[in-house]
Amino acid sequence: MIRRFSVSLAALAAAVFASFSHAEVTIGVTLGATGPGASLGIHYKNAFQLLPKTLGGEPVKYIILEDGSDATNAGKNARKLITEDKVDVVMGSNGVPSSLQIAQVAFETKTPFVCLTPISLAPDKLAWAFIVPQPTELMMGAVAEHMKANGVKTVGFIGFSDAWGDLMYKATEHHAAAYGYKVVTNERYARADTSVTGQILKILAANPDAVVVGGSGTGGALPHVALVERGYKGRIYHNHGTVNREFIKVGAKAVEGAIAPTGPLIVPEELPANHATKAVSLDFTKRYEAAFGEGSRNAFGGYSHDAVMLVGAAIPVAMKKAKPGTPEFRQALRDALENVKNVVGTHGVYNVTPANHNGLDDRARVLVRVENGVWRLMK
Amino acid sequence: MTGDIVLWLAQDGITNGAIYALLALALLLVFSVTRVIFVPQGEFITFAALSLAMLEAGRVPGTIWILVFGGLAVAAIEAFAILRERAWRRLPRIVLLYVVLPLAVAAAVWWAAPRSLNQWMLVLLVLAMVVPLGPIVYRIAFQPLASASVLVLFIVSMAVHYVLTGLSLVFFGGEGLRSRPFSDAKFKLGVLDISAQSVWVIVASVLLIVALWFLFERTLYGKALRATAMNRVGARIVGIPTVLTGHLSFLLAAFIGAFSGILISPITTLYYDTGFLIGLKGFVGAILGGMASYPLAAAGALAVGLLESFSSFWASAFKEAIVFTLIIPMLVWLSLKSHRVEEEEE
Repeated sequence: MIRRFSVSLAALAAAVFASFSHAEVTIGVTLGATGPGASLGIHYKNAFQLLPKTLGGEPVKYIILEDGSDATNAGKNARKLITEDKVDVVMGSNGVPSSLQIAQVAFETKTPFVCLTPISLAPDKLAWAFIVPQPTELMMGAVAEHMKANGVKTVGFIGFSDAWGDLMYKATEHHAAAYGYKVVTNERYARADTSVTGQILKILAANPDAVVVGGSGTGGALPHVALVERGYKGRIYHNHGTVNREFIKVGAKAVEGAIAPTGPLIVPEELPANHATKAVSLDFTKRYEAAFGEGSRNAFGGYSHDAVMLVGAAIPVAMKKAKPGTPEFRQALRDALENVKNVVGTHGVYNVTPANHNGLDDRARVLVRVENGVWRLMK
Repeated sequence: MTGDIVLWLAQDGITNGAIYALLALALLLVFSVTRVIFVPQGEFITFAALSLAMLEAGRVPGTIWILVFGGLAVAAIEAFAILRERAWRRLPRIVLLYVVLPLAVAAAVWWAAPRSLNQWMLVLLVLAMVVPLGPIVYRIAFQPLASASVLVLFIVSMAVHYVLTGLSLVFFGGEGLRSRPFSDAKFKLGVLDISAQSVWVIVASVLLIVALWFLFERTLYGKALRATAMNRVGARIVGIPTVLTGHLSFLLAAFIGAFSGILISPITTLYYDTGFLIGLKGFVGAILGGMASYPLAAAGALAVGLLESFSSFWASAFKEAIVFTLIIPMLVWLSLKSHRVEEEEE
């Protein structure tokens, strides 16, 4: 009995000690490095190995949980991070449905949420959520500009039969009126499909001037290859989710000439010297490739990096108002995140305002094209 | 919708349907012989297709680790049984089959990977790597439960599926791979441009189906398989070793899976988890055939391929829903038709 008492006393002492020594900022992350989103999640997760252990002069602790690319798990993980680990900010995840779940939990628990995928939220939920990646409209705006400059009047769309495909379709449609084109097909396919013949035939029957593919990663290659095989001669545009080296490996010669918008960190070497993010993008890309292999550069790791940079910029402001691990600190961090200015990330320059919880501008997008089996900046 | 488009879609549907037909046959074979609903059937496709793509890229596929360690695990299980029964005579055979053979295949793959060999050699290597996984999986996961209920076997089957998918992600990564086509040739047939690759798929599937028919009708092993499928207890009474037929059916299933994987890997991008969905469509085909007859299962699978192709033209967003909804009326019809009580042996 006495022994049990002394053990519990020791545990109590440890707990008290822990809460006193709790001066570090805790960042909770949930990602899916397994499951259907694994090809993205692995990169997001890798980047956390390269991120600083102190931010704004404060020590930082990262807690990374695995959600298997499953929205329900992502929501559970977020709740666990917030209630059990008392994190000051949550980050995640590599899928739109997962991120929506986390946004809900963050909103309920009043915890700042730095979102790693482009999602759109109702204004009240947006209060606690900050979105790192470029909005799909911003990215596809570059595609729309290019299409207008090349006299494209009709556009065929084929995308994933999931939330990503929907987002890409909406973004393509969003610019239609302003840039004077018409979206004539809305075909869908799944990443695991073995054939897209039916969808491609429908697009060819509509005979559009250009085709926009709303896939991601190697999944974008299947319709592109099928279009080329069937003799389609128009331009084929992709999106920022597709830009990686595996896409070219899978598509081989057929994807030569594919055009896509992306963040500047994919081609930092080719950026003009006065480009705002050149130094940061180049540094991160170099470190990433040193750690994970030549040619492993990708947009997703950059989002993890930029998310942490945003939090890093907000921490010194929030520290003036409260101590980490308290609701007051979370509130202060949210307020600070809403007003960070000129944070240079790998993807662009963030100027967050209460009305715009993303804060990126045109500097956060470039167009790249596959030339001789490599993604090259389009001049 | 013009006549050309109908032809194109039909061609596409038949190519995919041929693959589904092979898988439907494998699933039906395994189910009727061992009563296992073999969910991991699709993993053999993935392993074979991705191993081939990796070998072509000059890398050593992780499949050899599954082979070697799976073989060692089986050898350990068998060694334990031998020790208990003091049946030393069985030892050399076990060592040869489950230790020496996997190691030899692994060594050959290791040697061949950086040497960019002829594609046919690589195909043989892939078959040598993937086909033995069938009996290995059977020995580890299913043989100890051979007389369990269909439901238990199904749950084990799900578990095996998750284990293999997980390993697949570790070995092949999250991004998709595609292997080189066996031939770039194209034939002009009326309005159609038929690629040599899809002719390959159809011809190879038909040949394999004929070979399977020959096996079942004309050989002793095939007859033993059929006998076990009809009545396990009866087969055992007349002296057919049901463990052997179990091994044999899994060997065939793995072979069919690997074969299908090699056939489709040049025509589509495969991911570490793609095989599951392809296997599932084969399963839908087998159900359409009533889960009882091989020709009906093959016809059902072909119907799935065609339906998939046409629905991807009309309503691409609902393609998967349309294909999988097909099971419901079929199951209703099957359950109305059958008056038998659920037969559970022993």
